Amino acid sequence: MIFNAIFLALRQISRNYLRAFLTMLGVIIGVGAVIIMINLGNGTQAMIKEAIESLGSNLLMIHAPPHLNPSGTSKSRNFTMQEVENIAERTAGVKAVAPVSMSTAVAKYTNKNVQTSITGVTDGYFTAVDWDVSMGRKFENREYVAGVNSCVIGESVKKNLLGEAEPLGARLKVGSIVCDVVGVLVSKGQGGRGNDQDDVILMPLKAFQRSIKPSDSIYNIQMIMISLEEETDYKIASEQISTILRHLRNIPEKAPNTFEIQSTKEIQQTVEKSIGSMTIFIGAVAGVSLLVGGIGIMNIMLVSVTERTREIGTRLAIGALEKEVLLQFLVESATISAVGGFIGIIFGFLMTLLLSSKLNIPFTFDMQIAVTSFLFSGFIGIIFGYLPARKASRLNPIDALHHE
Amino acid sequence: MSDFIKLRNIVKVYGSGQNSFLALKGIDLDINAGEFVALMGPSGSGKSTMANILGCLDKATKGSYLFNGVDVFALNRNETALLRRNYIGFIFQGFNLLARTTALENVELPLLYRGMPKKERRKKAREALDMVGLLEWEKHTSAQLSGGQQQRVAIARAIASNPLFLLADEPTGNLDTKRSIEIMEILSNLNKDLGITILMVTHEPDMAKYATREVHFRDGEVNKVEAVIK
Repeated sequence: MIFNAIFLALRQISRNYLRAFLTMLGVIIGVGAVIIMINLGNGTQAMIKEAIESLGSNLLMIHAPPHLNPSGTSKSRNFTMQEVENIAERTAGVKAVAPVSMSTAVAKYTNKNVQTSITGVTDGYFTAVDWDVSMGRKFENREYVAGVNSCVIGESVKKNLLGEAEPLGARLKVGSIVCDVVGVLVSKGQGGRGNDQDDVILMPLKAFQRSIKPSDSIYNIQMIMISLEEETDYKIASEQISTILRHLRNIPEKAPNTFEIQSTKEIQQTVEKSIGSMTIFIGAVAGVSLLVGGIGIMNIMLVSVTERTREIGTRLAIGALEKEVLLQFLVESATISAVGGFIGIIFGFLMTLLLSSKLNIPFTFDMQIAVTSFLFSGFIGIIFGYLPARKASRLNPIDALHHE
Repeated sequence: MSDFIKLRNIVKVYGSGQNSFLALKGIDLDINAGEFVALMGPSGSGKSTMANILGCLDKATKGSYLFNGVDVFALNRNETALLRRNYIGFIFQGFNLLARTTALENVELPLLYRGMPKKERRKKAREALDMVGLLEWEKHTSAQLSGGQQQRVAIARAIASNPLFLLADEPTGNLDTKRSIEIMEILSNLNKDLGITILMVTHEPDMAKYATREVHFRDGEVNKVEAVIK
């Protein structure tokens, strides 16, 4: 009986492909929308996660932003080397400590010049942000100690400024000084805010402090980056650092911090959470269109029952059982809906592929969502097909036969 | 084999209370196996109501109906459907073929509901189409067939499942005289050659002449029964 019903339903669908397709359209769009939204959401999440992880997966960044030091001078908005050393010695579970200072400057090579960002670093920087050189070398200890005017350049600086020229040993004019390129950094690509992370020149911190942003204050470090061991709890480490800095800065017990500690782990969790709930929300909105698609199927099936009343009457008269007619109509709507769901998955897959390449989002395809929405569309076909099917099967054969 | 169909005191009331209408006023009717009965009468005489009851499509308000020894009114909707499926063939005035469906597929339909395997089904349907002379039209859909041809397909559909009883409700109502005669000859032959019991509703005396017995209805009662003299 089941096979008969499937056979009859498929034959009925095959009699009018255009109508079947139009009926499916709602489900196709619904399933497609769910799949596109969820996969793009997942892709965005993966992209942001990657961007944050490119900073170092368990990294603390300590700033002293102006709003925390309203009455302070620019000096108090920085850190001292003594503070850096104290943090490095007295915080548990630290992998590397990297005091950094940043500025922008014009870099010149032969007749070209570009505006780029200059970062003064110490040895810990490369570990903290997990960055290596693709050519040449990092700075040597003597360069840090003496503050030699050497520089390691990012991939973009190499491309924009040097072009095809040999980078190693090239002499760049940076601000008012001349520095020798000793290495080129591995490309990191776009950062979390769409910024080009490779558009940078690194210098030993001491050289930076002396030549790029001269200062006679001991408060000459803009930011401290602290890379924690993977298993270190960033909350405990932040607590410890906070205690050390408050002590060194003699901050009274009830007074607020004059500095701020950010954790990439925390940022990552926050961002993931918000994108996750955004994805669910958008997915739910798309799900509504799937529901509307189901109602569309019900509508067409009801019309179909009215239109085919005489046919149903004939079937009942020549001995079709009530449940056979019911099953035929149910299978018809479930099939239309499931086929629509399948087309919707393919449509969603292709659109995700297209949009993710256009929007520069990594392509992800969640098989589970595809399977779920396929089953859901079949389910919708049964739910919304039931009412018309029941209506058809309960027709009185005599009335149905004489229906005009 | 007598007493193939035995109707006793059949009363049919439509509606209720003030608006009720008495369509059949206590009909007694017996049909023997192998008979070809023509049910005649003007419109509103109750002949179609009678036919619906005889075809197990409708139930009487009162009375009893024994079909081949089965008490039809005691059956539920499902059992009645099975009775129709296995023993009764239907021919309607409006042909009632399925749209966008070939002649062969139409004839196969009752066999499909019987659960007959495809090969056997196809063979039986072809045989039935051959009997009405439409074998070469098996691939044509209803829309591609003339009215007479459509009614012949409907006859093939009705006889494909070897029914004991054929119910034809105004089978020639939509056809011209020439086609009507063709149809009547086919029915007459089915009755004579295969021994199928036929009940035909008609208001055309010319068509009733093909039957073996005429039953005339008037105002919900049997007015006159006469054997057809050939």
